[in-house]
Amino acid sequence: MSQEITKVTAPLPFTRKDVAEHALDFGKSWEYAPSPEATDHFKIEPRYELFIGGKWRTPKSGKYFATTSPSTEEKLADIAEGNAEDVDLAVKAARHAYERVWSKMRPAERAKYIFRIARAIQEKSRELAIVESMDGGKPIKESRDVDLPLAAAHFFYHAGWADKLDYAFHGRRARPLGVAGQIIPWNFPLLMAAWKIAPALACGNTVVLKPAETTPLTALLLAKIFEEAELPPGVVNIVTGAGETGAALVNHPDVDKIAFTGSTEVGKRIQRALAGTKKRLTLELGGKAANVIFADAPLDQAIEGIVQGIFFNQGHVCCAGSRLLVEESIHEPLVRKLRDRMATLRLGDPLDKNTDIGAINSKMQLEKIAALVDSGEKDGAERFSAPCAIPSKGYWFAPTFFTGVAQSSRIAREEIFGPVLSVLTFRTPDEAVEKANNTMYGLSAGIWSDKGAKIFWMAQRLKAGVVWGNTYNKFDPGSPFGGYKESGFGREGGRQGLSAYVELDG
Amino acid sequence: MTAPHTLARPRAPHHSLFHSPPPSVDQVAVEERAASLGKRSLKKQSKVAGLKLAIAMMDLTTLEGKDTPGKVRALCHKAMLPLDRDPTIGPCAAICVYPNLVTVAKAALAGSPVKVASVATAFPSGQSPLSIKLDDVRRAVEFGADEIDMVIDRGAMLSGDYAKVFDEIAATKEACGPAHLKVILETGELGTYDLVRKASEIGIAAGGDFIKTSTGKVTPAATPPVTLVMLEAIRDHFYATGRRIGMKPAGGVRTAKQALHYLVLVKETLGDAWLTPDLFRFGASALLNDVLMQIEKERTGNYQAAEDFSKD
Repeated sequence: MSQEITKVTAPLPFTRKDVAEHALDFGKSWEYAPSPEATDHFKIEPRYELFIGGKWRTPKSGKYFATTSPSTEEKLADIAEGNAEDVDLAVKAARHAYERVWSKMRPAERAKYIFRIARAIQEKSRELAIVESMDGGKPIKESRDVDLPLAAAHFFYHAGWADKLDYAFHGRRARPLGVAGQIIPWNFPLLMAAWKIAPALACGNTVVLKPAETTPLTALLLAKIFEEAELPPGVVNIVTGAGETGAALVNHPDVDKIAFTGSTEVGKRIQRALAGTKKRLTLELGGKAANVIFADAPLDQAIEGIVQGIFFNQGHVCCAGSRLLVEESIHEPLVRKLRDRMATLRLGDPLDKNTDIGAINSKMQLEKIAALVDSGEKDGAERFSAPCAIPSKGYWFAPTFFTGVAQSSRIAREEIFGPVLSVLTFRTPDEAVEKANNTMYGLSAGIWSDKGAKIFWMAQRLKAGVVWGNTYNKFDPGSPFGGYKESGFGREGGRQGLSAYVELDG
Repeated sequence: MTAPHTLARPRAPHHSLFHSPPPSVDQVAVEERAASLGKRSLKKQSKVAGLKLAIAMMDLTTLEGKDTPGKVRALCHKAMLPLDRDPTIGPCAAICVYPNLVTVAKAALAGSPVKVASVATAFPSGQSPLSIKLDDVRRAVEFGADEIDMVIDRGAMLSGDYAKVFDEIAATKEACGPAHLKVILETGELGTYDLVRKASEIGIAAGGDFIKTSTGKVTPAATPPVTLVMLEAIRDHFYATGRRIGMKPAGGVRTAKQALHYLVLVKETLGDAWLTPDLFRFGASALLNDVLMQIEKERTGNYQAAEDFSKD
């Protein structure tokens, strides 16, 4: 009898009529005043040069490009454009530092430098977070609470490994590779620099890093931290520029390893270019992750996981949960709850501490998102966009989801890399597995269920490098990250991530 | 308050094959969500507006063995005029006392909009026979209580006798007559969010106008995640029926910052309709002076000494 009482009071599922009649109002009866971070306690310099061999050098190209804020469209600084000659200087500096200093240094001494860098990132985290949000458009609460703590954590974690590498590979001796060329994307500029630089240094390699052209500033501020930490000249070199600069780095004959995070298209080009060379390669590319919601999931928390999965960093996340697979029996209440939740998302000034959704990183990316959303509408999917006001300047896209999406539709297959979710349904766990794996990508996935056994059953069958259970977009330097299939190969983080930067004896 | 329910006393139903059990609650994720809403930055006018709203939602509470008519009269005065130098602040929503002090409070508050809430049903343990609990309720209402804060039978809840919990709430609702009923779950004794969710649904289905976290006599009392779980139960009930149930976190809310956190939880879970004393209350004794201090700080630019605020 007692069971029955609580059962009958359960309000799910609601009918369409309930939804229409019982609307929640997320209005303006108590508004949050603007709460922007102050920007007067530091200065962005008008111009940044290349950081090569421990010195700031004007580019051989003589050229500079502007980096702008995607939320205001205002220029923030001029950035040196490195050409092949600059890349050559940087590789030479890195080779020199590798041969003479870094590979010869006692590992415990290397660790001290890396610890010092980690602490300096923590000390300057406020300034770094603000610059990250200005240059890239991401909300300050994310750069402050996710990007910066994780960037510092990656240096701390890898500092710990530097003198313990003999214990990382079951008794096999690890030797550094030499000079690593690293090309990083614009979605987590400082964090991706940390992911790449920290393990390379811990393993005894030196680095030439090329930041993305739309978000070079925090990597350059990181170079200033290297100077302050008195990292030996040439151990890390930063060469800014666009695709040609990156190509020069990839094709440089004296680079021993290329690590790339970015689009699958560019990743394929890099792999072709490296075919038949001695260079080692790791690629972390695109994704079209399935976030799978079973009917027995903790629904209100799953809604948070969906929002976190696709709207975190405006969906500019390679492991974003961009394909929502929902058990058909809860499709309606889930969509209802998701719409209400999206009504509370605050889009606007990335520097406002209450902003949930910042600016789209660039005009080009905005156009790409808009084109894919158009294709979704043409395919007949039903679109819902959060009812938020769009600022007059800058690049913005309201959080959006599509229902009635066919598995064959472009918005279900292509990576949108924006705040756009495709909602599909499934009927059985087997069907969920089949649909989740039916993609050329294999980076990540999420599973939401109250049954632990079901989560493990499913995780074993998903072809994805990272599988989250009852959570999404959680990162830790000790946990390896990387993909299957066209999401790339190699892992970053953890013991597994170290192996991308070492040669093993025996 | 919402319109009183004229429904006949609900009965525990016996046919429920087609309904799902209440949704489960993920502890990690709900605590994360509740904490993230504590990071909203509230400045200047939005801070002051929130704090004034919090005062209007306050059930100023004294529930002690040493309560006297003098103490209760002082508290009533504070509820009507929280800050002597600014009559635009307040009044509070209600005074919350034991049944023996209801008549004193009623007389002291005569002519003011401040309600009198009385705890009843063998508060705080609820470990007495139902007939005594119901007598307790009827007496408090006769004395003039506008609102009854009852406790559920946690022993029954924990031993799985949900029907007993339901029936007692329904009987108490009947005994309340015109008085509004707040159902205290004593979440600190329930142990899991899943059980909090289940108790919330029973409290709502059995006729509660409000659901309330705690007696204030058990630690932990109100917490943001427990409140969020209860707000989610209220939201699902609203989605299904259109009926708005009120929420009262009580105990452990001591600072203005905490109060604003709770208001953010309500605003972003249930929306504007719940930002009213009719549907949201704070049960607190120490909270008011901290809120007043913050309001005065925003007005004058300086913190004032604790002695500048009356201690009642």
